[in-house]
Amino acid sequence: MSEKFLSLEKIEKRFPIPGKDDYVAVTDINLEIKRNEIISIIGHSGCGKSTLLNMISGLDSQTEGNIVLEGKDIKGPGPDRAVVFQNHSLLPWLSVYNNIEMAVKKVMPDLSPIELRERVEKFISMVNLDHAKDKLPDEISGGMKQRVGIARALSITPKVLLMDEPFGALDSLTRANLQEHLMRIQQKVKNTVIIITHDIDEAVLLSDRVIMMTNGPDATIGEILEVKLEHPRNRVELQHDPEYIRCREAILSFLYEKFAKEDE
Amino acid sequence: MNKELVKKIFLPLIVLVVIIQVWAGIAMVVDEFPTPSQTYTAAFGGVDADGDEVIGVLSDPFYIENQDDKGLFWQIVESLKRVFAGFALAILVGVPFGLMLGMSKTAQYAFDPFIQIFKPISPLAWLPLLLFIFQDINMTAISTIFITSIWPIIINTALGVKSVSEDYMNVAKVLRFTHFEKIIQIILPVSVPYIFTGMRLSLGIAWLVIVAAEMLTGGIGIGFWIWDEYNNLNYHNIIIGIIIVGLVGYLLDLIMGKISDYFDYTKKGRA
Repeated sequence: MSEKFLSLEKIEKRFPIPGKDDYVAVTDINLEIKRNEIISIIGHSGCGKSTLLNMISGLDSQTEGNIVLEGKDIKGPGPDRAVVFQNHSLLPWLSVYNNIEMAVKKVMPDLSPIELRERVEKFISMVNLDHAKDKLPDEISGGMKQRVGIARALSITPKVLLMDEPFGALDSLTRANLQEHLMRIQQKVKNTVIIITHDIDEAVLLSDRVIMMTNGPDATIGEILEVKLEHPRNRVELQHDPEYIRCREAILSFLYEKFAKEDE
Repeated sequence: MNKELVKKIFLPLIVLVVIIQVWAGIAMVVDEFPTPSQTYTAAFGGVDADGDEVIGVLSDPFYIENQDDKGLFWQIVESLKRVFAGFALAILVGVPFGLMLGMSKTAQYAFDPFIQIFKPISPLAWLPLLLFIFQDINMTAISTIFITSIWPIIINTALGVKSVSEDYMNVAKVLRFTHFEKIIQIILPVSVPYIFTGMRLSLGIAWLVIVAAEMLTGGIGIGFWIWDEYNNLNYHNIIIGIIIVGLVGYLLDLIMGKISDYFDYTKKGRA
């Protein structure tokens, strides 16, 4: 197994401002991500965490530095880095089934019709949406939509699953439910996952490492926290686990003491 | 029957009575202006003021006497044929053109001023030029409809393309859709409701234009028929013609509305 799976090398992103110096959103980002590792990136709004994710997905390009996946430089977006968008981004005129089918069809054009159907249905089952597969996105709840988004992203067997505040728009009960889904899926199909979040509990519960970003401009990685908890994790039992409490406090202190941010 | 429905049927009837009263009033003031009852007789037949038996123009709208003398139904059919020919042409050219404008800033900058200038030109202004070019009644009518009804299709299609959210395009990028796949799988489905709105406006314009065009070009068609009845001093038939033009236009809009609802994914209840 190659020791280097996904690496970010000296990443910098600048946005030009007419008549002024460039705005430096993030700078000097260096990070090695191992295969099947779950990484959370946490920080206050405006710290460039979404920009960072967009550069990994290829939807945005870095001004400086390299992003290398399995020895290859990343150039532009591709299905090897599937994205779960915050607003799910399902196509509203396609049913749940067709939304996933569209992705599988494009990425795996050689599947026979039967294989295609089996594959789509397998991933619909994985997120427990068999009963809703013929529904349009507008006919299902926000949490269900996001589950479809996850199923669609996983159905194309990406090397990396990128999640941009995937549960940010959901209420806390639905969010917990989706976190459970994600953990259960991760037990079944190991994936390398990068999650952007601003939820401390979510970061600790889901990830192996938590990347804490300093505030922008010139945002960079402030601290990296290793969460030494065994998978599968149980959110109720964790509440009194010393390691869980240690991790929570470390993030809390980073976000609200070292890099507190006032609302403007 | 619920109250809302009673109102929906009853209130228009009251307005109808008022309109007929106003009409009767005008007929009393304006010399030779046909009264509602005279117009009714002219439409459906009966006995006129002089005691003569009259065959209404709507009693047998399907008759064909000869090439130049056909029933009202055939006049409308001829008009509709031209409308649909011009309208179809406008769709065929307007939709791809609108797609291009919506997708390319360059194309938009290049063409937008001319669209804004051409859009408000009256069909009557085009007519002599087109008649001079084609020297043919049908071609002139069709091309006039084409050139006046194409603008809402272009503008609305471009608007639809621009309304495609960045999120959908990101999905397409991650899946590495080709340009063609982006158009077919994302841009078109999003644009369809807009395109149909444009088509609905366009069809309305086409029906407005046809009457004017046929008056000037002559031959056959509902517009020409109205003008012909004016020349024959059959003023009541002009009113019948006007009502028919209105009813057909309403019907066209109704059908177009149903079709556009069917293709609109935001409207629920489709199979």
